[in-house]
Amino acid sequence: MKITDEMIDYIGILARLQLDESEKESAKNEMEKIINYMDVLNEVDTTGIEAMSHAFPVKNVFREDEVRPSVDRELITLNAPKKKDGCFQVPKTVE
Amino acid sequence: MDYITTMGLEVHTELSTKTKIFCNCSTEFGGEPNTHVCEVCSGMPGTLPVLNRQVVEYAIRVGIATNCEITQYNKFDRKNYFYPDLPKAYQVSQLYLPICRNGHIDIEVNGKKKAIRIHEIHMEEDAGKLIHDPWDDCTLVDYNRCGVPLLEIVSEPDFETGEEVIAYLTKLKAILQYTGVSDCKMEQGSLRADVNLSVRPVTTDELGTRTEMKNINSFKAIARAIEGERKRQIEVIEEGGRVVQETRRWDDNKGASFAMRSKENAQDYRYFPEPDLVPIEISDEWIARVKSEMPELPDAKKARYLADYGLPEYDVDIITGSKYLVEIFEQALAACNEPKEVSNWIMGEVLRLATETSTDVEDISFDFANLGKLILLVKKNVVNRPTAKEVFEKMFRENVEPEQYIKENGLEMVQDDNLVREVVVKVLADNPKSIAEWKEGNEKVTRFLMGQCMKQLKGKADPGTVNAVIAEELAKL
Repeated sequence: MKITDEMIDYIGILARLQLDESEKESAKNEMEKIINYMDVLNEVDTTGIEAMSHAFPVKNVFREDEVRPSVDRELITLNAPKKKDGCFQVPKTVE
Repeated sequence: MDYITTMGLEVHTELSTKTKIFCNCSTEFGGEPNTHVCEVCSGMPGTLPVLNRQVVEYAIRVGIATNCEITQYNKFDRKNYFYPDLPKAYQVSQLYLPICRNGHIDIEVNGKKKAIRIHEIHMEEDAGKLIHDPWDDCTLVDYNRCGVPLLEIVSEPDFETGEEVIAYLTKLKAILQYTGVSDCKMEQGSLRADVNLSVRPVTTDELGTRTEMKNINSFKAIARAIEGERKRQIEVIEEGGRVVQETRRWDDNKGASFAMRSKENAQDYRYFPEPDLVPIEISDEWIARVKSEMPELPDAKKARYLADYGLPEYDVDIITGSKYLVEIFEQALAACNEPKEVSNWIMGEVLRLATETSTDVEDISFDFANLGKLILLVKKNVVNRPTAKEVFEKMFRENVEPEQYIKENGLEMVQDDNLVREVVVKVLADNPKSIAEWKEGNEKVTRFLMGQCMKQLKGKADPGTVNAVIAEELAKL
């Protein structure tokens, strides 16, 4: 499958990435390789094999509904580039 | 040209678990910003979610209560989008195998019964709260709500009128409250509805293009949003235009909906199975246990109230429509066994005082059994009705115990018939002008005399007795 310029632009928008022309070219090439690898996988005969989403046969891992202390706010916001009034501060979002 | 409106509903309800869906942070509403946040719900790299068992339990409960099939093998998926309300840049939700499917809720509008089909119910996590900061023209993010468990209940497009939508939401809210899975406080956002709406001319069966209105959070606003959007779409069509499929935001203050920017809601979520959470397998035993523990649901309760207590359907609809009114009803009833009286008090004084004091029904907090006691005190003629209403107001506002309060304030009815007669005779003697009018045939005067007597008796006599004595004494004149 061919990855077009339009596809790269669209994926860039979805991923919130700004790519320059050379980055776009290399992303196109790499993505094409990944997609083409799927063709290789498609050659494998999978008749009778059930689709799976997890590698291990584990199920029902639960936690009981008991409150434990949260992390101190100072610590939680420590990595935030900007903060204000105990909140993470981000560029204005438009509704 | 006449148009048919077709609507479907997506209802989000916050579950009343103590902790979030994937971590042990508290779900309590209203804490200081970012104080109910940990490394899991703030999306720190290297952390792993672990599912709260109670969320699954609640989902099964709602599924059974809405006649759904439980998907015994179900799992989570990732819904990817960038927005600062989600620190992971994806929401954990269920797309491919939602926990409940193919249910229905029965509603009744103007005597007409209708089943609204439920397409599916899935579990997911709520997002954080964005606060616009006008001073710095930026957005502040509070992740306290991020990770609070949600059920999304998706209906089929089975609604044709706003009334049907409101009836469905009322019933759904009652079911969620009865089963104890959510407090459904719309003003706190624990019940939110998105409305998908399209119109089509009656001459065609082909559905029109739909729009989605997001996060409308009161029943009245929903009714207005539906009417507004229906009109807007019809206008677009009549002017020769085409309705565009888009997400719109209903502005209840302006009474109009506005398109949200298309770039902001590029509907490409690239769902894929959530690798960090293992599948959920719900055994027959689990389902059977939840079924056996199911409380009486709104429809059954309504039917029982109608059959056993002979109450008016309107009153029963109001009372059974709210778990909180049901609690008042059942506790008061247990104390007096007078269903009609209890129902009348709820429909009258309880709701009147709730409105007067701007108290939500869930926040009414007097000892409900005391209402039953008060009803018995009226029945035994210890107090008359007007006094009982005053006593009830004290109960409602200050939670006084009626019997004690009546005693302490000397509000017992005057049982002494001689005293009543004494007062009546005195009042008649003091009001010769009224007597003269009465003799000329003015019957209204007796009401004035009645008032005077009750005043002298400090309102504590049985009005029937006083009336009878007045009639007797007038006849003697």
